[in-house]
Amino acid sequence: MSKAAYVRPLDMAHGRVDMSHGSGGRAMAQLIAELFAAALGNEYLAQGNDGALLPQINGRLVMSTDAHVVAPLFFPGGDIGCLSVRGTINDIAMMGAQPLYLAASFILEEGYPLADLKRIVDSMAQAARAAGVPIVTGDTKVVEQGKGDGVFITTTGVGVAYDGVTLSGDLAQPGDKILLSGAIGDHGMAILSQREGLAFDAPILSDTAALHGLVAAMIASGAKLRVLRDPTRGGLATTLNEIARQSGVGMMLQENTIPVNPAVAAACEFLGLDALYVANEGKLIAICAAEDAERLLAAMRAHPLGQRAAIIGAVLEDARGFVQMTTRMGGCRMVDWLNGEQLPRIC
Amino acid sequence: MRYVDEFRDPVLAQNLSASIALEAGAGFGYRFMEFCGGHTHALSRYGVLGMLPSNVQMIHGPGCPVCVLPIGRIDFAIRLALEHDVILCSYGDCLRVPASDGLSLLKARAQGADVRMVYSALDACKIAADNPQSQVVFFAIGFETTTPPTASIIKQAHAAGLKNFSVLCNHVLTLPAMEAILNQPGGVPLDGFVGPAHVSTVIGSAPYQLVAQRYRKPVVIAGFEPLDMLQAILMLLRQVNTGRAEVENEFTRAVTPQGNRKAQALVNEVFEVRDAFEWRGLGSLPWSGLKLRAEFAQYDAEARYPEMHFVSVPDHKACECGAILRGEKRPQECKIFGTVCTPDNPIGACMVSSEGACAAHYTYGRYRDVMQEGS
Repeated sequence: MSKAAYVRPLDMAHGRVDMSHGSGGRAMAQLIAELFAAALGNEYLAQGNDGALLPQINGRLVMSTDAHVVAPLFFPGGDIGCLSVRGTINDIAMMGAQPLYLAASFILEEGYPLADLKRIVDSMAQAARAAGVPIVTGDTKVVEQGKGDGVFITTTGVGVAYDGVTLSGDLAQPGDKILLSGAIGDHGMAILSQREGLAFDAPILSDTAALHGLVAAMIASGAKLRVLRDPTRGGLATTLNEIARQSGVGMMLQENTIPVNPAVAAACEFLGLDALYVANEGKLIAICAAEDAERLLAAMRAHPLGQRAAIIGAVLEDARGFVQMTTRMGGCRMVDWLNGEQLPRIC
Repeated sequence: MRYVDEFRDPVLAQNLSASIALEAGAGFGYRFMEFCGGHTHALSRYGVLGMLPSNVQMIHGPGCPVCVLPIGRIDFAIRLALEHDVILCSYGDCLRVPASDGLSLLKARAQGADVRMVYSALDACKIAADNPQSQVVFFAIGFETTTPPTASIIKQAHAAGLKNFSVLCNHVLTLPAMEAILNQPGGVPLDGFVGPAHVSTVIGSAPYQLVAQRYRKPVVIAGFEPLDMLQAILMLLRQVNTGRAEVENEFTRAVTPQGNRKAQALVNEVFEVRDAFEWRGLGSLPWSGLKLRAEFAQYDAEARYPEMHFVSVPDHKACECGAILRGEKRPQECKIFGTVCTPDNPIGACMVSSEGACAAHYTYGRYRDVMQEGS
């Protein structure tokens, strides 16, 4: 009678990632089984193959991929795990599609604590479960110490476009209205406050959220949507400039309609930053036909992630693609592309 | 947000804007220079420029410390970081400034230099305390506003006996630059100055008497909020219209006639005036910059690395920054503005920082130029 070989379970409390966890051998199989599969488990992952065999999908497929490198890996309101799941879900949703499946690929740095990795993977599992979008396949590689930044995660998503819905950054038309789903700048300021060791009395939490439910409600409203986009890196200003350029139109915003949480406004003021350029991870911009704007706004406000939605401006005819804004003061200015990285001003 | 919203009230702003239009009347043109880059930024960012009548023109002055920093000084910092293996600490807005050989502090970092962004001089000192094996250099820039913190940190380093900390001092003085503008041969078409906000909290309002009395130009010291700016412009118009040239203080909530004497004493203890300092766009100006006094020489990066020398780098030939900083030209009148010279690829000083005249106009105001051309 052959005795089953004893395998010492992974030491999740004190263990660390080592090179063998990426070597393709028994150690890697153990990491996958005890950490990844245990947390993310679903019928597709359980197939245990190099890829996942998925049921037939009817409709137009949408695919998107996103690499996540964030420092710090844990920040107020979230971590790289939930961020990497929701980031790709949102990219699929912004295409006017229902996200169905995700793939995740990890680059781990030798020496990274398994306890932290488990926190990240658990967070991914929770985010994927809450969103109803399973992670069906994945990969893990380990790089030598000093050649990574703890954990990098790339997620790829597949979704199916809603029937009759075609959204694209080049479809904005003069006269259309611009809607924003909520207050801007929370994610960027949450990260910055951690990165720079700035402690605010009321901590600013990242707004990380999966937006596909909100998008479903918006599409169900029947409003003629033309563009959806989530203003992540570069913030609202940069995303609007991208759309203006793609569509060959201008825009006019009303500053007093753009929601900003007081703590974010204060932190921006303090650091000399402009909230219009600060990253978001749970907000979307919608451009729709003017006659449907109120209906779309009502649908957005009825959803928990769109309670503070607002119509923030309109699309204009302007071949130069300039985004302008009537300031709270009643003056006018341009809202230009972000120039490089937004850096604090000295005085 | 309390203490901020009060100074951005749209109704008060519209009232002030109407009073300015009334005071300015029609026809006669007014040209005021806001000296300080913070004012340039505020005028543009809050759309204040669009609230002024067309015969009131704001000329953007040289009070942006990043813009007036000569390339040679940044080259100096980059060489220290690359060749001498120091940890170079800098305020964020210096990091992108283009230097010689296609480098900037950020690009030097990509080449392996240890360049770190700090929010205050104190952070640089902490980095030195945490890294006793490395030399740490703080790249100190700014007008009188940022000088006292640098002085304070040098004294703290001295008291703590820090051996691995020094300062590359580029601190400059406001009044010599104002005088340089006013001393232009042939005179300057300026009707008055909006005086700096933060600088004046340190030096006080009294020193500007020189400008009012010797050069007969009104000065109104203003805060950085949009209502401050509108109020100051109205006060300047009233001075001009009644033939006065006085120093008035709109920013009374922070500025006194004598300024912050404690800060002045601290600066005097640590720094002395250089014979001359080169300004980007304005050239070498006498008595316009500060250096560490001999008793603090061990904290002076220029003394610690005597083999390093400042090498002057001339401004680009087509660049009109000099004329713009002196108030002779407007950004859009420069041939390379918005074509070769953009915030992503700045050629001249004024395009470098968001407080610079050209960058502010490019980022916030250039839509007006094109509309004027088209109409």
